[in-house]
Amino acid sequence: MVWKITDETFETITEEVILSIDGISLRAPQGQSLLMAARHHGFDIPTLCHHSDLPSEGNCRLCLVEIGEHPRTRLVNSCTYPVEAGLLVQTASEKVLQGRRMVLELLLARCPKAKIVQDLAAQMGIYESRFKTDDPEELCILCGLCVRACREVVGVSAISMAHRTPGKLVATPFLEAAEACIGCGSCAFICPTGVIPYTEKDGVRTIWGRDFPLQPCNVCGNFIAPTAQLEHWAKITGDPVEHYFVCKDCR
Amino acid sequence: MDQERLDTILSRYEGDAADLIPVLQDIQDQYSYLPKDELKVVAQKLNVPLTRIFSVATFYKMFSLIPKGRHQIRVCLGTTCHLRGGPRLMESFSHRLGVEPGYTTKDMQFSLETVGCLGSCAQAPVAMIDDKYFGRLATDKVPKILKLYKN
Repeated sequence: MVWKITDETFETITEEVILSIDGISLRAPQGQSLLMAARHHGFDIPTLCHHSDLPSEGNCRLCLVEIGEHPRTRLVNSCTYPVEAGLLVQTASEKVLQGRRMVLELLLARCPKAKIVQDLAAQMGIYESRFKTDDPEELCILCGLCVRACREVVGVSAISMAHRTPGKLVATPFLEAAEACIGCGSCAFICPTGVIPYTEKDGVRTIWGRDFPLQPCNVCGNFIAPTAQLEHWAKITGDPVEHYFVCKDCR
Repeated sequence: MDQERLDTILSRYEGDAADLIPVLQDIQDQYSYLPKDELKVVAQKLNVPLTRIFSVATFYKMFSLIPKGRHQIRVCLGTTCHLRGGPRLMESFSHRLGVEPGYTTKDMQFSLETVGCLGSCAQAPVAMIDDKYFGRLATDKVPKILKLYKN
């Protein structure tokens, strides 16, 4: 059988090894993340901060699994733990479920209004948190997807995590309008709770405290994207920027 | 912005992204804070996104984005110091200087802050001024110590 690698964090084809997930022996390439291996074989592991196009950082801790042999087991993030030969993994043991419930309760205390957190919590039978809520209007779960998307996919690094808990937040440098931002809106698009403010009105997109004029298509006149973003594309590809002033429908 | 002063700091490093924290430490030592314009130059020279520098600068407690005083006073509020009267010591410093912890006096002489543990629990309660330790402190010793640093 030829193994087709689909895991984004997995570049070179390595040896396949046998490991056990929930008592079932199966094969997975060594070094692939436990999460990808388990999902590939149909095991359900909930996640908040995992995205197939971005490197895993293990921020949300929802993907906890139990590894090792009883009684010396421990909980690890399956998104950052690599597959090893002979590893014993449990994805739904009592310890895992307990850990996951705790994580959800903490997330619910951080942002009680976030729909995605409410839904995941409800699935585990949690409807309220025993912990203190600092800000009932808070929506950011600090998953870091926006920061990673901006850095890894867009490649401009306009935003990052600033300060540290409890005051940690996603911010632009010096909390001012971000100079590096190209207004592409990837951060707002990828955000699971829709917390990044973003408006589009009269051909102007406002995001991270800056106004970006949108470029109308030279042929049909519909807005394509912020001019700054098209200029960024031109810079990467080396094409003249006018090349991108025609929308993909008119090309 | 003092370009020359910054250049002497930057010339000591090779300009790798890995030099970021040492460079920031040097700037913090020399300027007593991290000025915004200087950080923009550092971002360019080390080829590090400005947002990453902001992230690092706000994460570590040794860095400050607002000017700090000439002398840093750190009052220990670790477990042992807490039990041996650290909070009262803190209050005394705060009262004498007229600033809350985390702030700098108007004359820019002293910055006051609390720390978790200074690693000298046997000497509790401990305070640190710049790089000098003061152990077994009592509130009545505070004016005397401050006098040493006032000019």
